[in-house]
Amino acid sequence: MLSRLKYDLTMAEAARGPGGSRVDLLVVADMVQRGARVLDVGCGDGELLRLLESRGVDGRGIELSREGVNECVAKGLAVVQGDADTDLEDYPDDAFDYVILSQTLQATRRPRVVLEHMLRIGRHGIVSFPNFGHWRIRLQIFFGGHMPRTDNLPYAWYETPNIHFCSIKDFRELCHAAGAKMEQAVALNAWGGRMRLKMPWWFWNLFGEQAVFLLSRRS
Amino acid sequence: MADIGATLDLADRTREADDPHSPVVRFGLDKPLRLDAGVDLAPFQIAYQTYGTLNAARSNAVLICHALTGDQHVVNDHPVTGKPGWWETMVGPGKPIDSERYFVICPNVVGGCMGTSGPASTNPATGMPWGLDFPVITVRDMVRAQAMLLDHLGIESLFAVAGGSMGGMQVLQWAASYPRRVFAALPIAASTRHSAQNIAFHEVGRQAVMADPDWRGGRYFAEGTNPRRGLAVARMGAHITYLSDAALHRKFGRRFQNRDNPTFSFDADFQVESYLRHQGITFVERFDANSYLYLTRAMDYFDLAADYDGVVAEAFRGAPTRFCVISFTSDWLFPTSESRAIVHALNAAGARVSFAEITTDKGHDAFLLDEPELFAIVRGFLDGAAKARGL
Repeated sequence: MLSRLKYDLTMAEAARGPGGSRVDLLVVADMVQRGARVLDVGCGDGELLRLLESRGVDGRGIELSREGVNECVAKGLAVVQGDADTDLEDYPDDAFDYVILSQTLQATRRPRVVLEHMLRIGRHGIVSFPNFGHWRIRLQIFFGGHMPRTDNLPYAWYETPNIHFCSIKDFRELCHAAGAKMEQAVALNAWGGRMRLKMPWWFWNLFGEQAVFLLSRRS
Repeated sequence: MADIGATLDLADRTREADDPHSPVVRFGLDKPLRLDAGVDLAPFQIAYQTYGTLNAARSNAVLICHALTGDQHVVNDHPVTGKPGWWETMVGPGKPIDSERYFVICPNVVGGCMGTSGPASTNPATGMPWGLDFPVITVRDMVRAQAMLLDHLGIESLFAVAGGSMGGMQVLQWAASYPRRVFAALPIAASTRHSAQNIAFHEVGRQAVMADPDWRGGRYFAEGTNPRRGLAVARMGAHITYLSDAALHRKFGRRFQNRDNPTFSFDADFQVESYLRHQGITFVERFDANSYLYLTRAMDYFDLAADYDGVVAEAFRGAPTRFCVISFTSDWLFPTSESRAIVHALNAAGARVSFAEITTDKGHDAFLLDEPELFAIVRGFLDGAAKARGL
């Protein structure tokens, strides 16, 4: 069962934590043990990898965009250009302690296949994603009658890289279907604060703007 | 009279092969180079250049592996042509491979013609240039010889090995043959095996050399000739493969050379023809035709997987080396797919690997040219590796 809700709801917490790192990345990094081998799938400009390496983690990355890759490599990070949808199958079983999909899963063509590869390649998986069940998104669709646009999801529907949105509730169902065990879960509110109150899932699904899950293979 | 002329010519032409403008290490009969062809090469010599200073811990050495028609003159002016070194953009004080920080070594490859033993060198058994009596060599032989040079220089472990094209093949072979001696590897525009298309291009080049009547079965030194035309044609053909359609179009288009109208002849009417002819002519001044046969052959034979039951990943299994693989979008000789295959193998072997594809229209030769993104990536990769090595 999940070990969630360790701290109080801190509504005042900024989207960037002390040290200037994005709070969702700090949440991910806090789930990784020191000295672990990590694969960050969709590592962007390498912000999370840098954070992890500063914590003594052996990090590797895959990134689709050429600009992102070249920026990462120029920073000294071990990043390869590749596509989560096609390239994960080249990685051997149990190659990493953690495989991370930070704000990546919703941009893949086959999220379930990606999730399954993730659990095959890594002993643990960490997934963070924007929660499509958040009340503001529901309101935009319900009253606005258009696809939602928020600070976290700024793209118009016709140019968004995010093609497979899900809510926290949807993601839990995918975990169940893909044979993933949920070890830990954290939801972040609109201000980037960790929602740690003992709340039922429907509350998270309504008020969590982002979610971070630590997964493992169901034995 | 003709004999004297030929003798003078011979001495002149083989001087750089035997007594080059570079430091030379000579290995005696007691230290043969074991060749893949199953024979020992002894005595033999290696000519090399160095830049920068080896630190007290002997931990800052960077080996540069040159490409097919390159040599050890990476940064200094070329002793034969007087032209600047071939990788001055990449190597030197304050450059991405910084000679103020690293001790840079570049040897001429075995089979070359700039001072390391090759077909243009004097065969000690006959006193005449080896010619086709020189044993056929492989990329692995080149690397084996380089390891002997490093042993001689007292360098147990390299901070980095870097090179493009055939140089990149050597980098991969280094990581496979001597994983504990290579901290960081930079194979640029390379491949784990030479493709059928590339072997085909090489064969055309070799046939051009051998079709020249002045080649004389490889005995042109002894007969006082030089297969200039054949080698120039080989170079012209190869040079096209190093560029791209877009780059040729950008540089030359269909423009005429010093004329406004076609001459209705077979003169070099077009700029691109004139350019290629120039490439061919300048190449034969500095390169030995037989060397060209041997080195193209070595590249053709390169197939890293063949030594590991057909599985490239096995070549890198357990390698502690960190890799940075780089390719160029317009390189159709060593296309990105070849670099991706290297990356897949390294991933499968669990190696620490970075891979970047650089957008350029300059084709295979882009690794030699001014590519700011390439420099930023090499610099960043080496900085990260230097930090990890405590340099």
